[in-house]
Amino acid sequence: MSSYRKRIVVIGHGMVGHRFVEAAIERGLTETYDIVILGEEPRAAYDRVALTSYYEVGDKALSFLPSGKYADPRVSLELNAKAVAVSPRARIITLEDGRQVEYDELVLATGAYPFVPPVAGKDLENVFVYRTIEDLIAIKKAAKKAKTGVVIGGGLLGLEAANAVKQLGLETHVVELAPRLMAVQIDSGAGKTLSREIENLGLTVHTGAMTEAILGTKGKVSGLALKDRATLNADIVVFSAGIRPQDALGRAADLEIAERGGILVDEHCRTSEEHIWAIGECAAPNGKMYGLVAPGYQMAEVVVDSMLGGEGTFEGADMSTKLKLLGVDVASFGDAHAETPGSLELVYSDAVAGIYKKLVISEDGKRLLGGVLVGDASAYGILRPMVASGLPLPDNPEDLILPAGSGGLSKMELPDEAVVCSCNNVTKGQIKGAADNGCTTQADVTKETKAGSTCGSCKVQVKKIIEDHFAAQGVVVDKSLCEHFPMTRAELFDVVLVHGYRSFNEIIEAHGKGRGCDICKPAVASILASQLNSHVLDQGNRQLQDTNDAYLGNLQKNGTYSVVPRIAGGEITPEGLIAIGEVAKDFGLYTKITGGQRIDLFGARLEQLPAVWKRLVDAGFESGHAYGKSLRTVKSCVGSTWCRYGQQDSVAMAIELELRYRGLRSPHKLKGGVSGCARECAEARGKDFGIIATTNGWNLYVGGNGGAIPAHAQLLAEDLSDEDLRKYLDRFLMFYIRTADRLQRTSTWLDSLEGGMDYLRQVVIEDSLGIAEELERAMASHIDSYFDEWKATIEDPEKVRRFMSFVNAPETPDPNISFGTTRGQIVPEESAGPVSLGMPQIGASL
Amino acid sequence: MTLDPTRQMIEICPVDAIDVETGVAALVHGEAVAVFRTYAGDVFALSNYDPFSHASVLSRGIVGTRTVDGESVDFVASPIYKEAFDLRTGICLDKPEVSIAAYEVVVREGVVYVGSVKAVVEE
Repeated sequence: MSSYRKRIVVIGHGMVGHRFVEAAIERGLTETYDIVILGEEPRAAYDRVALTSYYEVGDKALSFLPSGKYADPRVSLELNAKAVAVSPRARIITLEDGRQVEYDELVLATGAYPFVPPVAGKDLENVFVYRTIEDLIAIKKAAKKAKTGVVIGGGLLGLEAANAVKQLGLETHVVELAPRLMAVQIDSGAGKTLSREIENLGLTVHTGAMTEAILGTKGKVSGLALKDRATLNADIVVFSAGIRPQDALGRAADLEIAERGGILVDEHCRTSEEHIWAIGECAAPNGKMYGLVAPGYQMAEVVVDSMLGGEGTFEGADMSTKLKLLGVDVASFGDAHAETPGSLELVYSDAVAGIYKKLVISEDGKRLLGGVLVGDASAYGILRPMVASGLPLPDNPEDLILPAGSGGLSKMELPDEAVVCSCNNVTKGQIKGAADNGCTTQADVTKETKAGSTCGSCKVQVKKIIEDHFAAQGVVVDKSLCEHFPMTRAELFDVVLVHGYRSFNEIIEAHGKGRGCDICKPAVASILASQLNSHVLDQGNRQLQDTNDAYLGNLQKNGTYSVVPRIAGGEITPEGLIAIGEVAKDFGLYTKITGGQRIDLFGARLEQLPAVWKRLVDAGFESGHAYGKSLRTVKSCVGSTWCRYGQQDSVAMAIELELRYRGLRSPHKLKGGVSGCARECAEARGKDFGIIATTNGWNLYVGGNGGAIPAHAQLLAEDLSDEDLRKYLDRFLMFYIRTADRLQRTSTWLDSLEGGMDYLRQVVIEDSLGIAEELERAMASHIDSYFDEWKATIEDPEKVRRFMSFVNAPETPDPNISFGTTRGQIVPEESAGPVSLGMPQIGASL
Repeated sequence: MTLDPTRQMIEICPVDAIDVETGVAALVHGEAVAVFRTYAGDVFALSNYDPFSHASVLSRGIVGTRTVDGESVDFVASPIYKEAFDLRTGICLDKPEVSIAAYEVVVREGVVYVGSVKAVVEE
């Protein structure tokens, strides 16, 4: 070499070789070295992990280097360049075409080749392996004239290959020698579930099946002879029976080879020869070969680091995997086979749903060691980091794998790797990182990371992560309601109560600044409403209300409203049903039975609301408050009146409670349920308060209805009399209304109470704070002052005045609202932009 | 939407018909316009169409103030997904790359008139 610059040669341009070059450029290795890459394949590195998607997306989408060149001019890539010999002494590589290349440092990244067992007939036409894009092109060509395909090998790659063969429209068989699929990663229970799910997709799985010979006619494949089983017909055969390290160059150069193949390297990925390194599947650190791409990437980074004089070492790799095979979730992590002495296994299996989950737990039951998930791998994001971080298991580890709704996961301290926003794939660590970079509110973090910007269901969780993060750092967390009020909702509630304020203006002048906003105004409105119970549309109240309360209807996506009359406990007369039906028919509304045993009427225009409600009020209905942060429904089952199992009259109790608490404004909407016996037909434990009848009275549960994070209500008190039930419920609801955060559900409020359920029980039942009487009095005052706000609205022209389409054209309906039809009823149609009506003859010109 | 400086101003309603810190919808040259009145007595008009939800609803949003660069800005929050729009300019405070039309407004002898779309002010 004449140049004073040194040269690194990389043999192999697969995923790992490419990663090495990228890391070398990124970390400045090319400041001192030129890099030459020799690739044997005709194309530059591509995403082999996603190989199966080649049929859908093509080779361009898979390529890591579509231009065929690296941006750094000191890196050159030679394709179709097969190295056949290396001379470590002379530091020279010889290519197949006779050319020679000198090197200062040599990196072997030659990968692996597919293993084809020595079976008779393996050289017949239409026998393939599954490794390169060229293989896939050949399989596709042969598949055009084929009906049946057989994949030999039921490991990860074999199932990928089977997926590809199925995609090509062939009847597909998977033949696996081991007694289960994916024998390396998963246990027999998981294997059974996986087999069943894959068979449901139309593939045939043969496990414990040994291939004796590949049969052929006229030089082409015709079938597969299996030991002790019927012969399978096959037009194509794909081998996916494992891979072997591509270590031939290393052997020829007399490098030390591991016992089971692969070039032996130390923790820096150095081979037995100075200046030669090996990374990826051709290498065997500590004698062990890794058939996954992630460890190969780690090795590439380690070598770059070493060449720069760094200390990085390769210490073995996490072999956890999560993937979707043929649409079935499969994940395996940590000690999946329970090889740790004394380890315990916890298994949840639902054969009907195709779900199998196993946790491997340490002997003392305190740590998670590993696990297997088939059919539902949603917990992988939380469980795998738990293994790595050594986070202590919760008291009931089964909650981690039981179906959602059992509450275990929601109460866990999540590891940083856990995905919080699944719409945008944002982890807890990224959210904390955003907080460290200056974001102080959930809104800031959402802007920065996109967490919560799509469906929004994780916003509350994002907020809590930020608060906990700052609290952990000893930073005083600003719990201000918004920029206008430097206090929490609970504090503001007390301020209003103590001073006896009756209007927003009084409150903001005395305790806030500015004119308020869309956060504090509805919060103050709710606080005033639960203390005064005046009409939400009174002067001074109505500009505080969110649109639902401002127009006493539930705003839907096209700007129309839904109307929900109260049907307490779900009990309704035939006359009532007919009246609702007639109103819906006359106004052309969409009707649907709600989840809370009522009837929703959708699609009412703003200006139609008073007329719709006039009809409903005349028919004896009142507001169902479906629009408010308020009590919605108390659901009931049939109860002891009709049901042969009923213990108590759940219908009467549900009606009584719904009427007792109707109109009650609260930090979040509230729902209740009353079941007449433990069969729980009213699903009462999914509610903010749930009541289940016993032979001795009522069991009271609170804090269910977690919204995006499902939560079951927990037992507050048992075997209550009617009177005690009302008393405890009054106290519970008022205590929640006074102390919860804005938009905080009962479940998260209960979680946030220091002392949790025990503390709540002390307050509500033992009256530890001495406020029970006051809470009851506050509820009594609410009950006494209840009136139907829709009836009051339609009787007051001043209030009705505001229900109009246009202030200067009250008879003209909004042209932006239009409807289509689905299943015989109206559906909203999206308007594309502001709609113009042309030039109407209205108003006077100036 | 076209910019037409010669367009006539349209009478909307008496200013007292708009409750303080609320909006009303009005029809101006065939377009739905939201007209707001603030606590300080200022009157503003924006397009009623919320570009995030594709619904004509902004007049039904909550009106308030927000501090932007040390200045108190009057805004309306869309009732659908709650994005805040500056009442003076129609610029979305949460996503400044999005803005809606703001209209010329005058109040004469207690009556509100709305005219054409305000020209965009380069600051």
